[in-house]
Amino acid sequence: MHLILFFLFAGFCLAGAINLLLQTHPINSALSLIVVMTSLAVLYLLLGAEFLAIAQIIVYSGAVMVLFTFVVMLLNAGREERTLGSRAASRIGFPAVVALFAILATILLHVQGLGAAHLGEGLSNAPGQSNLELLSQVLFHELLLPFEVTSVLILIAILGAVALAHVEGSKIPESERVAQK
Amino acid sequence: MTDSAHLWLIPLFPFLGFLLNGILGSRLPRRLTTIVGVLAPLASLVVVLSDFGATVISAASSCRGCGQVTALTLPDAEALSYHWLNIGALHVDFIFVLDQLSAVMLLIITGVGFLIHVYSVGYMRDDPGYARYFSFLNLFLFFMTVLVLAGNFLLMFVGWEGVGLASYLLIGFWFQRDSAASAGKKAFIVNRIGDFGFLIGIFLVLTTFGTLSFGGIAASLSMNPAWHGTVLTVICLCLLVGAAGKSAQLPLYVWLPDAMEGPTPVSALIHAATMVTAGVYMIARTHLLFDRAPIALWTVAIVGAATALFAATIALVQNDIKRVLAYSTISQLGYMFLACGVAAYSAAIFHLVMHAFFKALLFLAAGSVIHAMGGEQDLRKMGGLHKKLPVTFWTMTVAVFAIAGFPPFAGFFSKDAILYAAFLDGTGGKLLWFIGLITALLTSFYMFRLWYMAFLGEPRSESSHHHATPKSMAVPLVILAVLSVCGGWIGIHRFSAYLAPAAAAHRPMPTGNPALEALLSIVAVLAALEGWLIADKYYRRKTERPAQLAAALPFGYKLLSNKYYVDEIYSAIIVKPLFAFSKFVLEWIVDTAILGGLAWLLAGIANITGMILQRWQSGNLRSYAAWLAAGAAAVLLFLLLTGSPHAWSLPFFHSETIYKVSHITVIQSGQAGH
Amino acid sequence: MSFLQHDVPLSWYLLLSAILFSLGVVGFLVKRNLITVFMSIELMLNAVNLSFVTFAYQWHEVRGQIFVFFVMMVAAAEAAVGLAIIIAVFRARSTLAVDRIDLMKL
Repeated sequence: MHLILFFLFAGFCLAGAINLLLQTHPINSALSLIVVMTSLAVLYLLLGAEFLAIAQIIVYSGAVMVLFTFVVMLLNAGREERTLGSRAASRIGFPAVVALFAILATILLHVQGLGAAHLGEGLSNAPGQSNLELLSQVLFHELLLPFEVTSVLILIAILGAVALAHVEGSKIPESERVAQK
Repeated sequence: MTDSAHLWLIPLFPFLGFLLNGILGSRLPRRLTTIVGVLAPLASLVVVLSDFGATVISAASSCRGCGQVTALTLPDAEALSYHWLNIGALHVDFIFVLDQLSAVMLLIITGVGFLIHVYSVGYMRDDPGYARYFSFLNLFLFFMTVLVLAGNFLLMFVGWEGVGLASYLLIGFWFQRDSAASAGKKAFIVNRIGDFGFLIGIFLVLTTFGTLSFGGIAASLSMNPAWHGTVLTVICLCLLVGAAGKSAQLPLYVWLPDAMEGPTPVSALIHAATMVTAGVYMIARTHLLFDRAPIALWTVAIVGAATALFAATIALVQNDIKRVLAYSTISQLGYMFLACGVAAYSAAIFHLVMHAFFKALLFLAAGSVIHAMGGEQDLRKMGGLHKKLPVTFWTMTVAVFAIAGFPPFAGFFSKDAILYAAFLDGTGGKLLWFIGLITALLTSFYMFRLWYMAFLGEPRSESSHHHATPKSMAVPLVILAVLSVCGGWIGIHRFSAYLAPAAAAHRPMPTGNPALEALLSIVAVLAALEGWLIADKYYRRKTERPAQLAAALPFGYKLLSNKYYVDEIYSAIIVKPLFAFSKFVLEWIVDTAILGGLAWLLAGIANITGMILQRWQSGNLRSYAAWLAAGAAAVLLFLLLTGSPHAWSLPFFHSETIYKVSHITVIQSGQAGH
Repeated sequence: MSFLQHDVPLSWYLLLSAILFSLGVVGFLVKRNLITVFMSIELMLNAVNLSFVTFAYQWHEVRGQIFVFFVMMVAAAEAAVGLAIIIAVFRARSTLAVDRIDLMKL
């Protein structure tokens, strides 16, 4: 069961990622990214991280990707232009990616003592203690301050986004104001 | 020595005055500035007077051996001894010393300084830089007292440079005037030459004696009674260069006449009474060295005599009232050097004191005249001032008689002492005496010439605004006049007896002869009288004669009125070659060729590197990303190649002590799953 | 049904993470639209998150998951600011083509 689920959603994941690359229209890319993220949420679930799976769906598939699609539609972004691009990107970039992947794979496959995952296994061994309980204990006791700081960070990000997107001295044109009346 | 603890108060008061007036002066009301500026020297004067009483008592008790070669004396009082520098073998203390010599000097500095401060209140009343003026004047007093109190060469040098700075600031006080600014620079630069010599002398002292303190030098000299000449001569000649720079002796005198660009009270205090005598003081302070270096001592005497005669001849034909006095100062300083050169240090200091009185008085009176004439300094435009400025006239008269050397005025006693000491000093001394005598005649002549031209006869210009002399200017004049009359009555014998512990020459002195002394006095007075008579003839009875004489001797007159063309000669010999050298070597070769070439080379390298690296910075986001990916791959590869195989087995996480966790069971269960 | 009871080796998860990461890098290099480039970055972040979760599972270490949580927070903030920047860039240049946004070169 575990293996089937893994292959299924890993396949979705890879398919979505590749589709992201192949699509030329940003909105399609965004939709395939949603597929990737949702399948990742299932994989998190398989790895015993229920909380993160839900957070992944809410934060990424929900909030962030909605933001992306909004922006795509707001800017009316069309198909990608075929621009000449950079020679360095292809000459250096692709060998670099291949090397990067090879090295990463080498490293990851050489990590010793790796076990295997099976369903229903959590982080905690104490009977009756759920993963969520463990997580919240650490998050709201040990790491309360960083957690609160994160909220400040997000607040700042909101302010920054507003400040950046806001057009200096933007006013509703005269005609629209008349129309509003 | 008693109550030496408050010695540091003497420089402290002027320094506080300097800080207060210098920082806040322009914001304080003028009255407060005045009070601060005048109280500072007064407070110092009070301290000095209390200390002076003590030195008189100690001199009286230690006078038993004076007049003969006694053991070398150590300073009477030492205070404020802090470790200042401690570098390797060099140990210099921050030490103040009060003995008879520094006590006398302090008395002059603070006493005359105080009177001149009072005078300045009236003289500088309308000047916008009032507070600045008083802060500089206080700064000068601070450095001068440090110079005089210093117990070692280095501290003395601090004061020495400090008074140079104050002098520079005050000469260029009216810096808006080009001439004043350049006169300040000239004084500073010429003094640098002297200071260079002084500094070399100090280094030589350090290498020779291993110490810079006067006491230490005296001790090591008294341990080697047979030590004469060679190194000591070189040291003394270097010190002489320093003294000649500060005291405006040949050939470094050129800055002093130009220094008259400063306010007149400054000329009186710094360039007549105190600072320029620092050279004389320094020779007297280090006389133990000079006593062992006869050649250097002879050089001092020759320089002094030559300067005295040289400056006196220039003074004969000057028409600027302050310049006459400036050359007269140089000439009188030459007298003091002459006295030092014949080892009559007491006579030199005695003349220094008397000179401080009458020369300060002369300058202040001249300042009063200039003040009354609305800034006019040309003698040819004065005349008949005795009715308009009675106080100035009478005090000036006293001063003229004093400097000319008529009894019973101060100058008579001190000049007489010098001439007598010179006459006794072997055959060469007779020549020195003769030069001194001629100088005395010339001095008398040009002083009476000034007196006649400024005060007697008919007014030569219709200057409408004759200011009356304010009280703050008149009182110092009268006090100095009284001192110029009575100062000499102390007598050289009593004075040198007092000074003996600090300044008696430590070598056999020729014994005197009262009859000879009286005879020489009469000769000197006759010379002065002759000078007066000539001046009287030329400038009162036959006023057309000077012009005729000048016409008859065009070459001589031009030579004198152009001051022997010394400035021009220096310019041609030193200044112009220096300029040419700077222009050619420094500007063309060093600056353009070497520095410029170097800069060009560096710029070229940077340029070429930039041109190469520029291609990298294409501005294209994706090429940056490619390089970033390549870099990440490189870093990972590096880690892979250099890391041990175990690095990838994450040993850290296996540590059970940190992660007490149950992962072992997990692994086991994971393995069990297989 | 032994096939169904098989467990998945964790190294497969890690390999998946590596593949996703590399695909993200490739996306960054090939995509010409600024927004899609940004999506590639999100893809890379997600790939890293997956390996975090995997290691957390392996070592029974809850901090791994917490790290993922913080990464999500930062990614959300980054997305907000990044997209605002994209909007500002689009206003200024009227284009989203990466190759035309090359003002960093003088």
